[in-house]
Amino acid sequence: MARKDFLDIASLSREEVDLLLDQATPFKELFTRSVKKVPALKGKSVLMLFYEPSTRTLSSFEVAAKRLSADVIDLDVPHSSVTKGETVKDTVDTLQAMRADYIVVRHKMAGLPRAIARQTKASVINAGDGAHAHPTQALLDAFTLKEAFPDLSGRKILIAGDILHSRVARSTSRLFLKLGVEVGFLGPGSLVPRTGPEGITRFTDFDEALRWGPDAVYLLRVQMERQEVQYFPSVHEYHRVYGVTQERFERIRGEGIYIMHPGPVNRGVELCHEVMDYERSLINQQVENGIAARMAVLYWLKPQTDSEEVNRE
Amino acid sequence: MAVVLDENAIGEAVATLVEQIRATAQRSRVAIVGIRSRGDEVAERICAALEEAKIEHDYGMLDISLYRDDLSHLAENPKLQSSEIIFQMDGAEIVLVDDVLFTGRTIRAALDAVTDYGRPARIQLAVLIDRGHREIPIQPDYVGVKLETARMDHVIVRLKKTDGEDAVELVTTP
Repeated sequence: MARKDFLDIASLSREEVDLLLDQATPFKELFTRSVKKVPALKGKSVLMLFYEPSTRTLSSFEVAAKRLSADVIDLDVPHSSVTKGETVKDTVDTLQAMRADYIVVRHKMAGLPRAIARQTKASVINAGDGAHAHPTQALLDAFTLKEAFPDLSGRKILIAGDILHSRVARSTSRLFLKLGVEVGFLGPGSLVPRTGPEGITRFTDFDEALRWGPDAVYLLRVQMERQEVQYFPSVHEYHRVYGVTQERFERIRGEGIYIMHPGPVNRGVELCHEVMDYERSLINQQVENGIAARMAVLYWLKPQTDSEEVNRE
Repeated sequence: MAVVLDENAIGEAVATLVEQIRATAQRSRVAIVGIRSRGDEVAERICAALEEAKIEHDYGMLDISLYRDDLSHLAENPKLQSSEIIFQMDGAEIVLVDDVLFTGRTIRAALDAVTDYGRPARIQLAVLIDRGHREIPIQPDYVGVKLETARMDHVIVRLKKTDGEDAVELVTTP
């Protein structure tokens, strides 16, 4: 069954996940044609509602929507906070008046996309809400790793960095667990939550984590802006203890371990610059696959905006 | 429900198609492009026959779901399959192949899909079954067999690779 909204990974069934991952492939194949656009969403409009600054996710969604022939409206929203209640309702009323069929929302408040979804017939896609979820990122991550390993079950992925503040870690680890991938968390004790889904191995030492035998290391971006208090002494110290240093990179290359990163990369913090040219770095593929995965999501969802028009007539 | 074409009759219809396409393919290299699903299986059979006759040709298949004109009326969008066009579309002599020609809307979508890969020199249409009732001005160049049907009838095609057997049924609604 098609859904109206795409809000988190937790509510997706395994069948839905498999469908979306399968469907991303034909979309990616379109990118090698002379015309990269298809008319599937001709006449539909996609509204970008980004309350938090983002260039990558925003442009990825824009390209995805445009390659499906949808009209893209970039709503210039103040990057200030919208609180629950009346303001959200005001926003939704404005959106209804714009007659968007799809609304892509990013906000620092967890749960806001769901609150909007409840009040509109448009399809709502969560593009990141607080530390809660970033489901399209998880989808593109799984799709990217699946290209390297067609059968993901039993593979191991080590997610390293600021797990606590990361919606990427949250959504991506959940999706990998759903697909039978073993997940390891590595980070300073202060940045790795003690609670969370079962089946996650926790590490505080990078070299010990590498002995665990991961097939891929997923480096999270150090998000200075999300830390109200300092969780580690300095950037240099972070790189030495939790980053891919030149020394660790040698070992990673020697063992043929893949590297992933959601971007944008802080060179010299999460990884040394040599990693960017590594033949098993999947970072650039993640960007391209992000467009394909988001096209698959847009094509899969069914807004109820058409039925509304039928009722009125 | 009645079987209107059995395995033999389908074989004859394919042979009829091959006979006509052969003449074209001998004059200039053609690319046989099947529309998924089942058009690709008919195309494969045509290609096998051309191969046997040692006539060089290209082969491709096309999923046209993203080009359908009725997507917003469907409760669920059709599942996408991969398209495979590995030859150069610019300047190609295309023979589009489908199992059944009915309203013509699938072919309209396929024409748009083909031209997004490049600008072919010519596009022709081959169909295993022409059942009539066109809704847009599209006509086939090659026809395997013509079936008399009513507008509301359903023509159900089953082919070996996709469905396990060769049979065409006509389901009439009273």
